[in-house]
Amino acid sequence: MTADPEAPARGTPVGRRVVLGVVGLGVVGVATGRVLSQGVSDVVASTAPGLASVIPAAGGFRIYTVTDGYPEIAPADYRLAVSGLVERPLTLSLADLAELPQTQMTKDFQCVTGWRVDDVPWSGVLLRDVLDAAGVEPDAGALRLTSFDGAYTESLTVEQAMRDDMLVATTMYGAPIEVKHGAPVRLVAAPMYGYKSIKWMDGIELTREVVPGYWEVRGYDIDAWVGQSNGRSDEPVV
Amino acid sequence: MSQSSEVLLPRFARAERWVHRTLGILVGVLLVTGAFMFFPDLGSLIGNRQIVTTVHEVAGWLIPVPLLLALGSRAFRADAGRLNRFRPSDWDWLRSRDRRSGRIRVGKFNAGQKLNASWTLGALIVMFGTGMVMFWSSLFPDSLRTGATFVHDWMALAMAVIVLGHIWMAYNDSTARAGMRTGSVPESWAEREHAEWADEVRSR
Repeated sequence: MTADPEAPARGTPVGRRVVLGVVGLGVVGVATGRVLSQGVSDVVASTAPGLASVIPAAGGFRIYTVTDGYPEIAPADYRLAVSGLVERPLTLSLADLAELPQTQMTKDFQCVTGWRVDDVPWSGVLLRDVLDAAGVEPDAGALRLTSFDGAYTESLTVEQAMRDDMLVATTMYGAPIEVKHGAPVRLVAAPMYGYKSIKWMDGIELTREVVPGYWEVRGYDIDAWVGQSNGRSDEPVV
Repeated sequence: MSQSSEVLLPRFARAERWVHRTLGILVGVLLVTGAFMFFPDLGSLIGNRQIVTTVHEVAGWLIPVPLLLALGSRAFRADAGRLNRFRPSDWDWLRSRDRRSGRIRVGKFNAGQKLNASWTLGALIVMFGTGMVMFWSSLFPDSLRTGATFVHDWMALAMAVIVLGHIWMAYNDSTARAGMRTGSVPESWAEREHAEWADEVRSR
């Protein structure tokens, strides 16, 4: 091959500048991403709130499942079993849950992978009220929560479960919970990272000791307080 | 390529075609698996997040392989050099309204192809770097993890738009596609799209 045919006018290395420019933009983005992503979320929330449900990077929920697709159940067939170390084992239908005292709360939802959705309104029954209905036996120390996806499990201590920000949720944003968010019933463990908030919940078993949940046997902290676990320092949820 | 009697000019060496195909497959796998992880309603169709994640990670790790192997090819290095260099005519071409008329005689690559190649390389580097931060997330502070996720997400959307544009351009030019598939293009096509390069090849 002869000398570079474009050699007489080799021109400027624009390509290299574009590459370095893109890389530089990426580095700046990583360094300032926390502020930038919050800014993007705020702008989207105030101008085009629908966008966040389509593009999670714009401030919406990211949906994680550990099984194929989403499990679905007809609302009439749904039952929540409360079992184990309780005085009165219960099998609660949605109608039964509706007869228990209803609680509303609006809380930020913080994921352990970094995203947060501000001010999510939930309603349902306080976990404490469900437990009181069943009567927790004195030697019960923990809850083992199960999902009808057949795979996911979670855990809480009884002390944690009695807090007033642990909700057995049946609505979200004022409507029945969507399938992807855990229809018809999910837990909202507001002060903890999202993986504690088990979706498609169908079982609460009272146990003596904590039985680590799905992600906890895979390395995540059992006591998943936002900002004080999993090596993270997120702002507390409000 | 319908006229078999037409003179063919060699355009892409075997190594270049192989790199293009391999990178194309990898980027395709990354965009599709990434979309399934990113868009809630898509992810719901197949679930299996752990498998999708693993495929995404493996494809991501493989991205540098074809690029580094290609550096062993003289043809690849020469074309990388051409893609890098902008001449005054490239700016004219970008600014002109009749850039497809052939009035401005284009070399082996037009300015759009040069920009696409440079953007793609820069974006791949950023996606690889931010992907590694996410992969080894426990080694990095929260703020960098959040920043890397932010950049990875938005740059993926930008890449998807540009890749779709690239596929659209190729879809509309079967001769260019055949050039990348077979390595050579008809002389008449080269004269129309890359006149200066056609002269250069014929004068060798």
